[in-house]
Amino acid sequence: MTQVLEVRGLSKRFGGISAVEDVSFELNEGEILGIIGPNGSGKSTLFNCILGQLQPSAGSVHVDGRAVTGMRPCDLNRLGVSRTFQLLQVFPQLSVRENLILAGQEHQGTMWSRLVGRGDAGLTDAAERMIEFFRLGHLADEKAGGLSYGQQKLLDAAMAFMSGPRLVLLDEPAGGVNLTMLADLRERLLAINREQNATFVVIEHNMEFVMSLCTRILVLAEGRIIAAGTPEEVRGNRQVIEAYLGN
Amino acid sequence: MRLAGRPGAVFLALVAIALIVAPMGLKPHGVYLISMWAVMSIAAIGLNLTLGYAGQISLAQAAFVGIGAYCSAILTAKFGWPFGGAFALAAVLCFAIGWLLGYPALRVQHHYLAFVTLAFTTLVYLVLRNEEKWTGGTYGISGIPRPSLFGWSTKGGPAFYYLCLFVLAVVSWLTWRLVRSPWGRAFMALRENPLRASSLGVDTRRYTLMAFAIGSALGGVAGALYAPLVEYIDPTPFALGLSLNLLLMVIVGGSGYFFGPYLGAIVSVLLPEWLRVTDSLYLIIYAVAVMLLMVVCPSGLLGLAERLLKPARKEPVARAAAKAAP
Repeated sequence: MTQVLEVRGLSKRFGGISAVEDVSFELNEGEILGIIGPNGSGKSTLFNCILGQLQPSAGSVHVDGRAVTGMRPCDLNRLGVSRTFQLLQVFPQLSVRENLILAGQEHQGTMWSRLVGRGDAGLTDAAERMIEFFRLGHLADEKAGGLSYGQQKLLDAAMAFMSGPRLVLLDEPAGGVNLTMLADLRERLLAINREQNATFVVIEHNMEFVMSLCTRILVLAEGRIIAAGTPEEVRGNRQVIEAYLGN
Repeated sequence: MRLAGRPGAVFLALVAIALIVAPMGLKPHGVYLISMWAVMSIAAIGLNLTLGYAGQISLAQAAFVGIGAYCSAILTAKFGWPFGGAFALAAVLCFAIGWLLGYPALRVQHHYLAFVTLAFTTLVYLVLRNEEKWTGGTYGISGIPRPSLFGWSTKGGPAFYYLCLFVLAVVSWLTWRLVRSPWGRAFMALRENPLRASSLGVDTRRYTLMAFAIGSALGGVAGALYAPLVEYIDPTPFALGLSLNLLLMVIVGGSGYFFGPYLGAIVSVLLPEWLRVTDSLYLIIYAVAVMLLMVVCPSGLLGLAERLLKPARKEPVARAAAKAAP
């Protein structure tokens, strides 16, 4: 098994408040890791530290054995690390197709070839396939801002996969998505995981979704890992139940 | 951004023909005005790239027009350079300075960036006014020659107009290609959501600097034509007023629309002339018209046009959305 992601002793403090404290874990190729925890337990901060959107106060991040701590998000993305956001982050004035082409274009050619070369950077077919795959076909030419919330969530996920990433961090992909679309999304994620051997880290509050998707789960509370294991192990863990319900 | 197929292409062809035959039916002052329209369109196209597409507000465009104008005036009138060389140097110089001015934009945004660029315009104005040895100070530079290109003299009004029109056509074509290239898409991504853009591998730093550099270079190109058009320059036209005027052109025409700057330049350059018959009232009428437009349609004339044409297309979208929802 190849190790894709290694997080060592990661901490993030905001003034006197410790949002993430000494978090360490590893992730092998093809795994789907779930991260759960009550609100404010530091899940999104952890993501932002791994992805270079925040500078960690301590600790290190390695991707494919390469130190990437504090690297700019755009450089990290070009190493094959992609993400989705908790709140909607599409480009509302661009069409669905343009959103997808944008999501892949920086992985094609050089800065110069992107200026003088083809307008679509040769990605129209790939975008079309992604649109089909996420069943957004009837919306391809609509502005992303005009889509429903659930559709924008699907687009957001599709954009994360446009560059064929090795590692994808998904921040609450199921939040606000209706049940039918949710089943759809899970099926799409599992298919990509199987076919491309892509590795996922998923933050999620929807327990059913996370338990049925993930191979392994980390539980965060107050910035620390309080439990880790298979979905079954975590479900029965006393500490986890206490963290969620209080004692 | 799309040309709306054949009707759009026919309309554009008609406009092009009208622009070509225009000088034949106009008095010298009219030819001068449409030349000024072409020059200001170029400067506004540059600002539309920086502001409309890439979302970086800039009040520095007048400074770049000024730098371009002085560069071309000093080199051709004082040193006898050929126009082509002065023109190219003006563009390259403004590209470089614009690139440097992009650095503050990496740190500050919106109003703060407006202030930084405003300060730059004031700074350039003061340099133009006070460095008398080079710029002639408040006396300016006179006797700026209109160039001869490949034995073709542009001394007459119509000939120089065709030069301006030619440059406008080339700039338009290059900009059209640019905004439809991945760069144009990346610029729009900067405007709409820089955080998401960077998570998709878009090097926001590099694209921000490029948006400034290219927009500024077009300001320089406009300036390099402005100097021989008016044949005499002093620092006054390149003060903050012109920056605000160019901003007005971009916003009135439709910020982020490809054809916005052309329309905006009509409103800003030609409308005051048409309103001149109203004599002393013209500034009031002009101001009220612009304010009304901004109240009714903040996305400018083209935004207004799009909104009026939209209802015809709206229905299928709603139906498609209803079909998609389970």
